[in-house]
Formats: sequence, C-alpha cells, structure tokens
Amino acid sequence: MNLTLYVWRQKDAADTGQLVRYQAKNISPDMSFLEMLDGVNQELITTGGEPIAFDSDCREGICGACGQVVNGVPHGPRKLTTTCQLHMRNFRDGDTIYIEPFRSRAFPVIKDLVIDRGSLDRIIQAGGYISVHTGGAPDGNAILIPKQDAETAMDAAECIGCGACVAACPNGSAMLFTAAKVTHLAKLPQGRPEAGRRVCMMTEEMLKQGFGNCSNHYECEAACPKGIKARFIAKLNREFVTAQFT
Amino acid sequence: MFLPASSVGRKLVMAATGQLMTVFIILHVAGNSTIFFGNLNAYAAGLHSLWVLLWAVRIVMLPAVILHIIYALQLTVENGKARPVDYMKKENRTSTFAGRNMIWTGAVIGTFLVYHLLQYTFQVTNPALSAYRNLDEAGRPDVFLMVARTLQQPLIAAVYLLGVTALLLHLSHGIQSSFQTWGLNGERSFPFIRKGGSAAATILWLAYAAIPVTIFTGLLLR
Amino acid sequence: MTLDPKIPSGPLTEKWDRRKQEMKLVSPANKRKYRIIVVGTGLAGASAAATLGELGYNVDAFCFQDSPRRGHSIAAQGGINAAKNYPGDGDSVWRLFLDTIKGGDFRSREANVFRLAQVSANIIDQAVAQGVPFARDYAGYLDNRSFGGALVSRTFYARGQTGQQLLLGAYGALMRQVKLGSVRLHPRSEMLDLVVVNGHAKGITVRNLVTGEISSHAGDAVCLATGGYANVFYLSTNAIGSNVTATFRAYKRGALFANPCYTQIHPTCIPVTGDHQSKLTLMSESLRNDGRVWVPKNKDDKRQPGDIPEPDRDYFLERKYPAYGNLAPRDISSRAAKEVCDEGRGVGPGGRGVYLDFAGAIGRLGEQTIRERFGNLFEMYERITDENAYRQPMRIYPAPHYTMGGLWVDYDLQSTIPGLFVLGEANFSDHGANRLGASALMQGLADGYFIVPYTIADYLGRTTPGTANVDQQEFRASREEAAAATEKLLCINGKRTVNDFHRELGRLLWDNVGMTRSRESLTTALKRIPGIREEFRQNVAVPGSGGDLNQELEKAGRVADFLEFAELLTKDALAREESCGAHFRSEHETPDHEAKRDDENFSHVAAWEYKGDGKEPELHKEQLEFENVELAVRNYK
Ligand SMILES: Cc1cc2nc3c(=O)[nH]c(=O)nc-3n(C[C@H](O)[C@H](O)[C@H](O)COP(=O)(O)OP(=O)(O)OC[C@H]3O[C@@H](n4cnc5c(N)ncnc54)[C@H](O)[C@@H]3O)c2cc1C
Ligand code: HEM
Ligand code: FES
Repeated sequence: MNLTLYVWRQKDAADTGQLVRYQAKNISPDMSFLEMLDGVNQELITTGGEPIAFDSDCREGICGACGQVVNGVPHGPRKLTTTCQLHMRNFRDGDTIYIEPFRSRAFPVIKDLVIDRGSLDRIIQAGGYISVHTGGAPDGNAILIPKQDAETAMDAAECIGCGACVAACPNGSAMLFTAAKVTHLAKLPQGRPEAGRRVCMMTEEMLKQGFGNCSNHYECEAACPKGIKARFIAKLNREFVTAQFT
Repeated sequence: MFLPASSVGRKLVMAATGQLMTVFIILHVAGNSTIFFGNLNAYAAGLHSLWVLLWAVRIVMLPAVILHIIYALQLTVENGKARPVDYMKKENRTSTFAGRNMIWTGAVIGTFLVYHLLQYTFQVTNPALSAYRNLDEAGRPDVFLMVARTLQQPLIAAVYLLGVTALLLHLSHGIQSSFQTWGLNGERSFPFIRKGGSAAATILWLAYAAIPVTIFTGLLLR
Repeated sequence: MTLDPKIPSGPLTEKWDRRKQEMKLVSPANKRKYRIIVVGTGLAGASAAATLGELGYNVDAFCFQDSPRRGHSIAAQGGINAAKNYPGDGDSVWRLFLDTIKGGDFRSREANVFRLAQVSANIIDQAVAQGVPFARDYAGYLDNRSFGGALVSRTFYARGQTGQQLLLGAYGALMRQVKLGSVRLHPRSEMLDLVVVNGHAKGITVRNLVTGEISSHAGDAVCLATGGYANVFYLSTNAIGSNVTATFRAYKRGALFANPCYTQIHPTCIPVTGDHQSKLTLMSESLRNDGRVWVPKNKDDKRQPGDIPEPDRDYFLERKYPAYGNLAPRDISSRAAKEVCDEGRGVGPGGRGVYLDFAGAIGRLGEQTIRERFGNLFEMYERITDENAYRQPMRIYPAPHYTMGGLWVDYDLQSTIPGLFVLGEANFSDHGANRLGASALMQGLADGYFIVPYTIADYLGRTTPGTANVDQQEFRASREEAAAATEKLLCINGKRTVNDFHRELGRLLWDNVGMTRSRESLTTALKRIPGIREEFRQNVAVPGSGGDLNQELEKAGRVADFLEFAELLTKDALAREESCGAHFRSEHETPDHEAKRDDENFSHVAAWEYKGDGKEPELHKEQLEFENVELAVRNYK
C-alpha cells in the first residue's frame, strides 16, 4: 500500500520544527510502523536527505524507548500496543498519517521524534524504590504476600516508562506513571515502611519537572500500551491522604 | 498545612471544596423546590430565623469558594504551561468537553454566582422587587414575588439557564473526579461513580432549571 | 601470555568463601576516593553500579539508551533460576551446578559455575526485598516453574516479564544511588574506546549521542556490562541497539576475547516475513511445555495445517528425542527445525518455519487454561502475524538469541587488562558452549550484586586512587582516534546504507556461521567478510554530521565493528574442530547427527588476542580442568 505521511521534523531543541510531507510506497501489511519508517529513511538516505530520527530499541513492546503520536494518539490507533508493535495492517492504502513526538514541557524534543524523558527518571529518583542494601536480605519467603496483592503490584509494575500517558494527557501530567510506581511498591509489605514519604516526594518531583496536574480525564489509561489502570491514581491519592494524616 | 504545596494536595482542596459546594447546592435546590409547593416564603422566613445556622453555612462556604477559585486558577495555569508546543493533530478518547473546560464553566458559574447573590441575597439588582420591601399576606418578605417577577424577564431567565447549565457541565465531570481525587473508589465502584456523577449532575440540572423554566413559561403561578 | 584463571584452591564448595576471605578490602573512608566506571545498565551493569555506589565508591554509569531502565535485559521473558528448592523436588546448589555444566556441554569453568549456583539463592532474596513482584501462590509463597527442559522447578518468574521486573528492581537501586549522589548517570552515551594507562584500565572515551561531543572519563577501574553481540547476525532477538562495540574496542586495547563462536540460536521465534524485517521476536520457550512441534511428512504438502491428517505429520522432536520430546534443549531443537526446513518441509512463506501446535493441549485442557497460561504470548503473536494461534498452529523458526562468548575473565571477573572487569553477557564466564534457559538473568545479577563488588575491592586495594586524569596523553590520543574514526565514516559519502551492509553481513553469517557450520561454509564466510568490509569502508552512506543526534552514524560505528568482529567469530568457529553445545560443525557429528565433542583436544577456552589491524589474532588456550564432574556425552534421547 501507499501512504502519505506528515512527519514532525525539528533539527534540534532550539529549532521550531514543522510537519513535512513524505510518501511511503509499497508498504507491506506485515511491516511494523517503525519498519515502515525505516523504509522511508533508507530512501531518504540514498536520495541525499536526512533520515527521520526516532527512538526504539527492543522493538517488542517492553523497553519503552519507542513512542510517537500517530494521528493524534500516542502509539497509534491500536489499543494496548506500542508503536514498535503496531503493524501496517492497521492502516489502509491511501491513508494519511500524522506523526508527532510525545509533547510535554518535561519532554523537550531533541530531534524530530526523539525526546528527552530524563524527567521520568528523576521522578523515580525521588523515591520510586525500596531502600534496601545489597546483601543481607531475608529469605524470599520470610514475608508472605497474598497472591492478590502480588498480582495488583505486578499489574502496576508493568509500566514501561514510555511516557504515552504524559503525551495523551491534556494537562501533560505524569500521574499515571507516578501512580503505577507508588501502587506497585505500596501493595507490597516490603514497600510499606517508605510508602508515605515516597508518595509525597514523587508527586512533588513530578511538579518540579514541569508536568501538569491530574484532572482525571483518563486519557492516560486509554493511551497506555500496557493497560495501567487509572484506579492506581486513586490509590496514589489515598496513599497521599494517608501520609498527610499519619 | 503542607497539603497545597503539592499537586495532589491542591487537587484534594479542589475536590473537598467542590464536594462541599455540591452538598450545598443539593440542600439549596431542596430548599428552593418549596417554590413548587407554594411555601417558598415560609421556607425563607424559617431559614432566616435559624440565623446561626445560616451564618455558619456562609462562613464555611465563603472560604470554600475562594479556595476553590484560587486553586482552580493555579492548577489551570500550571496545566497550561505543561505543553508549550501543542499537537497539530490530537484525538481525545476519554476526556470530555466538560472535563477540558472546567475553568470556563467554573468562570461562568462564578460570574453567575456574583449576580445571583447581588440579586437575591443583597437584592440590589432589582431594588423595586426586593423581598424586604414587599411583604406577603402573612407579613413575611415576599421572596416568591421577587423570584417570579425577575425570572419572568427573558434575559434574566436566560442568565439563570446559562448558569445552571454551566453547573451541569462542571459537575458532570467534577463529581466523579472528586471521588477519584480523594481515592474514594475501588475497582468495581469506579465505572459506577463515573456514570453516577453525570447522572447526579443531570438530576441537579433538571431540578434547578425547572424554576426559571416553569416561571418563564407561566406554568408556575402562585 | 599464559591465562591464569586465578581459581582459589580448596574444595569446590569452599572456593568462593576462601577467595572472599583472602581478598583485600578498601576501608570505608577510602572508598570515596575511588572512581569506578560502569558501562552498561542492563541487569549486570545496573546491579553493579548500584551496589558499588552503595558501598561508598564514586560511580559513573553509562548507557546508550535514554534511560538506564531500557537496558536490553528488560526483554527477558521466561524467568530466573535459583537453587532455592522451595518446591522440594530435589534441587540443590550442586544440581544447579551440574545442570549448568552439562548444559554448557562441559566447556565452562567448574569454579565459576559453582559460585553462580551458590549465590543464586541470594539473588531471589535481594529481588524480593526490592519489591520485585514474583509470582506467588494463594498461600503467599513464591511460585516456581520448570523451564527449558530442567527436571526440577527452579525458575522464578514475574508473568512473562521477569527481566523487566528484575531490571526495574536494579534500576530502582541505581536511581536511589543517583539521588544520594554516589552514582553519576550518563545516558545516551556510547563507549567508543577503553583507555589503558601503563597497562591498567583507567577510563573510557564516549560519544554523547545528543551533542556528538567526544569526551573521556577517567577512573580507577572500569566495569563493562555491555551485553551480547547476537546482532552480528543482523536479525536476532536482541534489541536493535545491542552491539559488540564496547567489548570489541576493549579487545583492540588488549583484552582477550573468548569463545566468540559460541552463539545460541533460540528455537521458538516468529519467522521472518520479508526484507523489511528489523528484528525477530522471541516466543517464550515455555510454549513448548504444551505445544507440539511438527512439519508435514511430505515435501510438497501445501494443505492448510488443519487439513493435514495425523499420519501425514512429522512430530520430529518427539520422533528423534523421545525422552525430552518437544522440550529438548535449545541447540538441539533449533538444529532439528533447520534440518526439516533444509529438506524442503518447512512451512509458511519462504518455507523457513515449523508448526507449534496447541490443538492437542486445547483439546485436553480447554482453551481457557491455555489462554491463562499463554494469553499474552498468543496476543503478541497475533499482533505480529495476524494469525490466531488458538485456531491454527503457530509458525516458529530459530533465531540468534544469546552469545556465550565474550571477553575473557578470570575468577574475579577481571579481564587480561588489570582494572577492567567484565560482567553479564559481555563476559564468557559461566555458560560454556550453551546457556540454559533462565540462567542469563541469574548470571548478570550474580556478577553485579554479589561478585564484582567483592573482587573489585581486591584490585582497588592495591591501587592508588585518582592517578588518572583525562588530560593524560593516553586519554587525548583515545579521543583523537575516536573523533577521527567518526569523521572518516561521515566522509565516505557512499551509495549503500548501513542497514544494507548489516543485512548482507547478517545473511552471510546466518547461512555459513549459523546453526550448523562446516569448514567449507566457514571458509566461504572468511573469504567474503573482508570484501563486505572493504565495500563498507568505501561505499557506505552516512548522512548528517557528527555534531548532533545522528542515528545512522551510531549504527555505522556499530556495524563497522561487527564487520571486523564477524571475522574473529568465524575464525574461532573454524579453529574449534569439534561440535559442542551451540557450536555445531557438520564434520563432527555422531552417526545419528548429534554433536560430537573432542574433549582431548578442545577442552579449553579459546581466547583471542588482537595483534593489530590486518594481522592475524593470536589464539591462547585456557585448559578446563574438571575435578568434580565427569565428562559425559549429553544425551536427551
Ligand atoms: C528476548 C529475550 C528473552 C530472554 N529471556 C531470558 C530469560 O527468560 N531468562 C534469562 O535468564 N535470560 C533471558 N535472556 C537473556 C538475558 O536477557 C540477557 O542475557 C541478559 O539480560 C544480559 O544482561 P546484561 O546486563 O549483560 O546486558 P544488557 O541487558 O544487554 O545490557 C547492556 C547494557 O550495555 C549498554 N551498552 C551496550 N553497548 C554500549 C556502548 N557501546 N556504550 C555504552 N553503553 C553500552 C546498554 O545501554 C545496556 O544498558 C533473554 C534475552 C532475550 C533477547
Ligand atoms: C466559582 C467558580 C468556580 C470555578 C472557577 C471552578 C473551577 C474549577 C476547576 C478549574 C476545576 C478543575 C480542577 C482540575 O481538576 O484541574 C474544578 C473542579 C471542581 N469543581 Fe469547580 N469551580 C467553580 C465553582 C464550583 C461549584 C459552585 C461547584 C459545586 C457546586 C464546583 C465543584 C467542583 C468539583 C466537585 C470539582 C472536582 C474536583 C476534582 O477534580 O477533584 N465548582 N472547578
Ligand atoms: S522499541 Fe521497545 S517498546 Fe517499542
């Protein structure tokens, strides 16, 4: 199939950037979206153009490196699917596709579709861990964890840190990202001792990094390729309230 | 308190004050609906005799409104800054018109509120109709007269309809949102609260809108 | 050069304790005077950097991704082994040790493997304490499964995302140290060179992938945890950024490269669909627990799989290996699949695929059970192939997956360059000629959490801190060379893209140095690699400049190294005149086509020394001594 692409091109952080039109020809439905862009790039290189810069690594939906806003939706039209796992059979011959970077004040564009997501790392640095030293940990079965809690913790821990939640949020908030980590650790007995401190530090850092506040639009949940639930945000809020009054 | 220093804390204040105001407007519409049973004046007089309670409510509501407005402005400004370069193309999937325009529906409500207070509490907009000047047969301030005569005017009725419609939009997002903000939901109740919030807002709208509509159309007579 | 593995004396079970007791310590007050450079933030690198930071050293951690959380370890699905014996099915440190030695086809060091089995249990405890949400049973105890044909259930898992969860645990520990100021993070930095001063590793030269700036970092020791080189085959299950650059350039600075020909081919990957393909996707090995592998009996059977009656199907794994059947080890299953495809009985477009059929399991256990077990994998399969594996069999084919070879290290994980430590998949240490499922995560974390933090102290304790600085001649020269190499790539202005060359190299290796190798195929490859490399040097198109983010330039640098490294890999394969584990030489097979080891002549580690550009590398051998296990023929029949 043949497609018309409008791709965000921006030389560097200082550049204002614009959408540029490209034709993608002879696209196979078995290609992934990124392989389609690879193809466009190969042609750009051999015809003397500059290839479109975009991030990716694992290309199987787990590392969280990829991420583009495809036709107005982070990671594109298919639910629970990262850009690298989106296949071209989700499009039709003759389609026009708009491709933009994830946009947020906290995600400055580095080039084209490549953004700097260090702000998410800094939210984790503020407390998204359990402070345990290496060695001397008690036996893995010393503290039993109800299956239900372990499962919920895992539901939350599946976050891949891609930033689609931020990109989708009308407020550019990182609440879903933050809530996923808070819930993951708060659900486990090992994470309880620091739970209150953690939620305060992480939400404070979120604001410092330039993310917006949560207005409960739930766009994040709809965009998340890993199905992280907005109810984890409610959990974060509860943890925050508990932390204030204990 | 450390609450408003953080993003979640501010939202908690928004939600608490919002819920407080929601409770108030529920009581308010319950009181107002005495108009349909012909005893609005009795209700008003009763209310004023309970002046301690009346003032207690006013003393709570005033700071609530002020806090709500202050944080509304702060949050909205912060949220606006969070995406300096906007998308060329953006599709919204779960957010609603109401949810994205809280500040505007809020602004309409706020303006309306001022007008509403000037009109029926301070009674300065239409001095001739002031309830203190016109007593009913029982010698009570004739609140009904004041309300009915003002709402018979098309412009004023329209303003009231606009005000309560803004409220409808505001609450159709706000009620469910405030439950989420306080974490007062669980996995199963979450979808129910989301629908329940809009339903409650719609019921409130029907109850409020009924007054100007019935008066203006002449359905409601003394 | 004689290779001294520095294995401690004494009985196997006491070696590690002994070594720890003998080792020098660095006093707490002195630790902050030392600076350690850690390259790589996968499981091995992140765990090492976090632990070293925690101990009080100053650590600089580097990775090429935008965040340390994205190290390739994140993609590991199946699980991590540990000799906990929670299920009480007879597992023990000793058994895990034996399985690993046997799995590696007796080409690994006893002492290293035993230590790995010993510390395996601590890894689980550490991970649980960090909040890794391993699967649990209803009573709240940790759950285990059997994996990759092991006869005991010793694999711990977190759904199909064990690597992700373990990495996030290590990443959390690392982020904590960053916050505390002991670790400095350098994401989007690619190591281009190792700096050696007076024979000791003292720093690295990196390119900042955003600004293009080439800079050096000096320290008192360097840890490389840069992962494996399976991407030399172009198509592999590795992340597309995985590369050999860091280890290969260390090799060029004098570190020996051991057993480069040991490359593991994983049997259950989604087959290639076309030239556009950029990577291959692994389908967890656990699928083989319930799926049956088959191809049509007849070459020209073009019927739909459902229309092929039982008598016309060949369940070749069950036929050839009745005892293990569909659970036969990776190398054996992979080769068997290749064989039937070579006979022309492969299925799917291009004929490079075999069926993995769940019809029987669905009939027996019900679709619901299969959905619970493998739902996410079936979904992933559907997303990629548009086929519903509940209705028709999956198609799978082997793909390059893991590399057992790596920089040579001694018992302390120190390379032949003092001060250069190598961890995780980047070293050669524990898996011999073939790695068992769920053992790579174990090894990476063992190295990072529990081994290097001890052994590096022994080295540092003998080293004066802070002697190196980036203004030294060696550092300056390193920067100049790196800059010149980058400039050179940009100046070629050729006609063919980097991917094009990489694809060509990959195909050549896959066809000639892949699952089965012969003297002939290896010689063919050796003849053709230099040609591709030459053309690359003259005709590659690298657009853009070196002064900003330039992904083609990054790729070009990596492919340039693969083009040189491929030759080393092939030479090693040619030199190893035997079949062992994943290295299968068709000249060396038993009458029924199984790998035939030659313990007399090849019971050694082949470690290659760089002798200069265009010169033959020199082979050094470390003899493997087996004092505790008896060398036996692997038998999975
Ligand atoms: C799909 C898949 C599934 C797997 N499943 C399992 C499993 O179930 N169980 C199991 O035990 N093993 C599994 N493995 C193997 C296992 O995941 C890896 O062997 C292991 O994670 C390697 O960890 P590492 O820390 O050594 O390296 P990696 O995780 O590969 O990390 C390498 C690090 O080095 C950095 N780096 C690399 N080159 C450079 C450079 N030039 N400059 C700067 N930084 C650099 C990278 O940024 C990265 O941070 C699987 C592998 C794959 C591909
Ligand atoms: C007076 C003028 C008002 C303004 C300017 C205003 C503004 C806002 C804004 C901007 C928000 C969204 C905050 C966010 O999530 O980012 C909000 C939320 C809300 N408002 Fe108002 N509002 C006003 C009056 C009212 C009134 C009268 C009520 C109730 C009757 C009300 C109830 C709520 C509720 C329940 C919320 C939800 C809080 C949450 O999201 O948790 N507001 N308001
Ligand atoms: S590239 Fe790893 S998630 Fe898409």
